Amino acid sequence: MKPNKLVTFLVVAAALLVLPLVLQQGGNAWVRILDMSLLYVLLALGLNIVVGYAGLLDLGYVAFFAVGAYLSALLSSPHLAEAFPAIAAAFPQGLHLPIWAIIPAAAFVAGAFGVLLGAPTLKLRGDYLAIVTLGFGEIIRVFLNNLDRPINLTNGPKGINQIDSIRFFGLDLGKSHTLFGFEIASVSMYYYLFLVLVVFSVVICSRLQNSRIGRAWMAIREDEIAAKAMGINTRNMKLLAFGMGATFGGVSGSMFAAFQGFVSPESFSLMESIMIVAMVVLGGIGHLPGVILGALLLASLPEVLRYLAGPLQAMTDGRLDSAILRQLLIAVAMITIMLMRPRGLWPAPEHGKSKKLPANIPEDDASAIKSINP
Amino acid sequence: MEVFLQQIINGLVLGSMYALIALGYTMVYGIINLINFAHGEVLMVGALTSWTIIGWMQEAMPGAPGWLILLVSLLIAFIVCAALNFTIEKIAYRPLRNSPKLAPLITAIGMSLLLQTLAMIIWKPNYKPYPTLLPSEPYQFGGAVITVTQIFILGATAVSLSVLMWLVHYTKLGRAMRATAENPRVAALMGVRPDTVISATFVIGAVLAALAGVMYASNYGTVQHTMGFLPGLKAFTAAVFGGIGNLGGAVLGGILLGLIESIGAGYIGPLTGGVLGSQYSDIFAFIVLIFVLTLRPSGLLGERVADRA
Repeated sequence: MKPNKLVTFLVVAAALLVLPLVLQQGGNAWVRILDMSLLYVLLALGLNIVVGYAGLLDLGYVAFFAVGAYLSALLSSPHLAEAFPAIAAAFPQGLHLPIWAIIPAAAFVAGAFGVLLGAPTLKLRGDYLAIVTLGFGEIIRVFLNNLDRPINLTNGPKGINQIDSIRFFGLDLGKSHTLFGFEIASVSMYYYLFLVLVVFSVVICSRLQNSRIGRAWMAIREDEIAAKAMGINTRNMKLLAFGMGATFGGVSGSMFAAFQGFVSPESFSLMESIMIVAMVVLGGIGHLPGVILGALLLASLPEVLRYLAGPLQAMTDGRLDSAILRQLLIAVAMITIMLMRPRGLWPAPEHGKSKKLPANIPEDDASAIKSINP
Repeated sequence: MEVFLQQIINGLVLGSMYALIALGYTMVYGIINLINFAHGEVLMVGALTSWTIIGWMQEAMPGAPGWLILLVSLLIAFIVCAALNFTIEKIAYRPLRNSPKLAPLITAIGMSLLLQTLAMIIWKPNYKPYPTLLPSEPYQFGGAVITVTQIFILGATAVSLSVLMWLVHYTKLGRAMRATAENPRVAALMGVRPDTVISATFVIGAVLAALAGVMYASNYGTVQHTMGFLPGLKAFTAAVFGGIGNLGGAVLGGILLGLIESIGAGYIGPLTGGVLGSQYSDIFAFIVLIFVLTLRPSGLLGERVADRA
């Protein structure tokens, strides 16, 4: 690294490390927003593999998040022991598996789901794929909502609670700790864990991007037939993309479950899937810094607006509820950002793309050509 | 047998609403390859507009017959929705026609969110009872029951489908629409104005959505600002089911979807001994869709698109 790049790097790293400690002075709620934003970054990075690299529009991505969350909820809460006497007999204290078992399990099961859901959709293109993945997302949500009978697996709409917080090496992230006389709240501990995961994921993604696999994905995205002709096994590559993306979703799901201590089907609605797609596209599809920016923006904006909406609400004599105002601002932001920057806030630099329309075409014709050449 | 007939009637009623909405999706998709996520919200605005108009008219002229009120409110809902969809296209989709494919999808999602929020502000978030304007005593029909509202829905669907088919197949505008869907560049060379055609498509789609919205409201008896989401989603499924971009496919997909849902909801409980209940009815549609698309990747009536660069 060049010296000045190294300096920037160190400054950013230090800032990221100190950030929660500063924010926690203003209340844990702020750090919580940060934690959730990091989880969304993780999700957006995972979806970026599917949508950004491989070009497969997945509108049911939250299903994998749900699978990971529910799996770790089942494996680290008293619920299974309460519902099944056999398990209660085997584990009198209830199932409380360590994090070293839960994360790989969540990653593996979610990845398997990804491949499973990807398999029937291999032949589908574009929007057909979108609706089928959307359907899968809804199917999983409906099952989570209704699998409290005949056997009580998911506890239905009530959800599962009393999920263990994350513990490793005798360190319980659910409690606050004191380091050199300085108190680090539980939310800040989670922040560091999520930050490590995000950095790890960014490294994986950027290595993937420049690998043989990543180039194969992009080839499929640009032209599937040509990719096939070049000897790429499109079937395996697409399944791999689904699986990898789902793995990210599963891991962040298990983090979400441990962080919240509670999961319910409400957290995994279609709107969540759509918001994750919006994060990826709004930030700059297929470009890691852009995706991270998009996720941070869309995840933290609603929460930050919650604080800004108060004064605005007072200005309108309380006619507008702050939740309504928030939704209004997000919608307007989505539309304006997309209109101003159709390729995302921070798009990938263009290499070797076809040239723009020549400038000397008369206005009328230019608009006609533009409109018919999507 | 009576149950079966009843479910068929319910399914046809539900299906014809899906078909009307699905047509809006499929026409837009056929011409500019965009999933118009805000389409369900147009339906919602149509239903809420007609609700407001009905309220006003019932207050202003208490003696007016129900069908007249319904007709006037329907016409005003048509106009409002057409203007709305025209504006949406102009603001949110037209500037992005040359951009990456996912950009208009995001503005569509944003528009949907925006319309829902605005509707919540204008009409307040509570559920509002939608008055029954047509005679409410049902007809017996081979052991099954059908209400006047349901007859109106079936009739109106049949009429509007015929008008639409005539419009698309026998008028100049229809020919321009088909030409633009086939190949916009060549259509433009032949003197078709793509922008006009696209606007017209959005207006027609909005009118159909408004009609479906009023039907939906009068069938279920309530209106609210989130009412557009589920029918929009189902209709989109129906459009894909039939082969997106294909008008006949949208109608077929919508009606089949309605039938599947209502028959499935009616029979899954007894068939599985009460283990699976009608709460699963919302996912039948998706299960059938996934199954069909695995066998026919372009939908029931969709043409196989040749793989060309």
